[in-house]
Amino acid sequence: MDQVLSVVVDGAIYSAWLFIAALGLTLVYGVMRIINITHGSFYAIGAYSAASFTGAWLAAGGAPMLSYAVLVVSAVLVALVLAPVIERGLLRYMYARDEVVLLLGTYALFLILEDVVKLVWGVNPYFIAEPYGLLGSFSVGRLIYPVYNLLLIGVALAAGVALTLLMHRTRAGKLLLAVIDDPELSKAMGIDVGRFYLAAFTLGAVLAALAGALTAPTVSVVPGLGVDVIVLSFSVVVIGGLGSLPGAALGALIVGVVRSVSVHYAPQLELFVIYLVMAIVLAFRPRGLFAAAEPRRI
Amino acid sequence: MSAGRTGRIAAIALLLLLAGGLFVPDWLRFLLTVAMAQGLVALGLTVQLRAGLLSFGQALYYCLGAYAAAALGRFLNSGDVILQMVAAAAAAGVAAAVLGLLVARYRGIFYGLLSLALSMILYGLLVKTEALGSTDGINILPSTLFGVRPSQAWLRYSVLATAGLVAFAAVLAVERHFNTPLGRLGPAIRDNEIRVEYMGASVRAIIHIEYVIAAVLSAVGGALAATTVGHIDPDMAYWTTSGEFVFIAILAGSGSVLAPFLGAIVYGLIHSTAYQLSPNTWQMTLGIALLLVILLLPRGLWSLFPQRRSA
Repeated sequence: MDQVLSVVVDGAIYSAWLFIAALGLTLVYGVMRIINITHGSFYAIGAYSAASFTGAWLAAGGAPMLSYAVLVVSAVLVALVLAPVIERGLLRYMYARDEVVLLLGTYALFLILEDVVKLVWGVNPYFIAEPYGLLGSFSVGRLIYPVYNLLLIGVALAAGVALTLLMHRTRAGKLLLAVIDDPELSKAMGIDVGRFYLAAFTLGAVLAALAGALTAPTVSVVPGLGVDVIVLSFSVVVIGGLGSLPGAALGALIVGVVRSVSVHYAPQLELFVIYLVMAIVLAFRPRGLFAAAEPRRI
Repeated sequence: MSAGRTGRIAAIALLLLLAGGLFVPDWLRFLLTVAMAQGLVALGLTVQLRAGLLSFGQALYYCLGAYAAAALGRFLNSGDVILQMVAAAAAAGVAAAVLGLLVARYRGIFYGLLSLALSMILYGLLVKTEALGSTDGINILPSTLFGVRPSQAWLRYSVLATAGLVAFAAVLAVERHFNTPLGRLGPAIRDNEIRVEYMGASVRAIIHIEYVIAAVLSAVGGALAATTVGHIDPDMAYWTTSGEFVFIAILAGSGSVLAPFLGAIVYGLIHSTAYQLSPNTWQMTLGIALLLVILLLPRGLWSLFPQRRSA
């Protein structure tokens, strides 16, 4: 019984984390049709800035409860500065090219940013475990979990709801939907498509950095942190359907639960099973669960 | 480029490699051998690119070939380079014939992502397989050729010469394949696959065949890399390895079947120079090189050479 309970709780926590990590990726693909490999870099940069700023805040004797604010704000700020520089300075010159070229462009940027991270933060690990334990813990049956994990689930739900409301209830969101549907026609109707690309890319980067920041207290922040996240978020987004918000939620839930079941019952299959699910979903729904079929064009 | 001209250039390049290989320092011999191995994988990517398909999981077959070579040593106690390549090609051929049934249905970004998922499955399996060394990987037995063990001084050179000959054979075979009626349908699929079907050809079958060819080339490359380096681990199937191959293929451009080998050599040189000059920023150097190629040389390094128009 306890094991079933812990499978459910672990699955929920891991799904929440996956959803936050994958949200930005699906947003950027949905709007710009870019498979954005720099997503992993923003994740790593978010984790590093959160770890170093929060560490400095706590070392300087700042209020421990405010460390959550420092954690989030520092990561978001760095992404807010960096993402527009990359989009305006580089990516926009590639929009006229093939999807694959854009992907390679972001891959090149990913290689560059990996080393930038090493130059800025060095190669030694950072630890900031304080925020993880600060909120105390709760128990499920005989199992004890840090409350921080509930925070993660809360952020995932809030981010999902906020993004949905933003897209469907605000003027900017409706214009964005128009841009997603047909960028050329939107341009003809007087929408500044470039601004929406900039906004979507920046928002995607902020979400990635946020995911990194929220993960930082639970792991040791080391070089190469973003590399695994890229493929994991890919699998989540591809299972759900590239560019689909509900798809990302469902994908996160599926991967989260599958991983949690496998960790508890067949740990040797943990990594393998995630990509197996991705391959199986693609085999039956080539464009993912939530994507509409596209007619072949002659 | 005409088949005859490609053959002549390939022959000259092979002679240069065989002669030059005698005199160059050991590190360059090693670099060239690895470049031949990686060039084979990149050639596999070029075969697919020609039909408009980019695989982000070609490392699947590279790694499979390497592990087939290792298995030969572990279970049959053989380090024969030729046997290793045969085993690798056979394993990859069978795997690709089966997986191709699925993969050949996909186009565009989904072809790439499905290949990626498949290579990550192999990675996940290898990481947890104790019998094959798990994350530590396994060592490859010292190379032998037709059962003969070259002396230490000649070992590096004989592997390089073998790799060069294999690359030469692959270049000729692929060039020949490109000029068969079936091979000529590759670019036609990229241009418009529905027209190809109206002509009565099965697009899926063609893509399946190209997929198997690419897999076999990559596996042979993997076996060569394994015997050259002497050690393999699951990272050979990780997505970053596939990324390297895509890098090489794009750097080279798909103007010729020779381009992937040039690309692999240039990649190796950039990589090792950057690593020597500054161990902490070699990835940055590679990234900048890739960006420059994408922005300034959209058709790759091969477009720097004068092209002769051919029918």
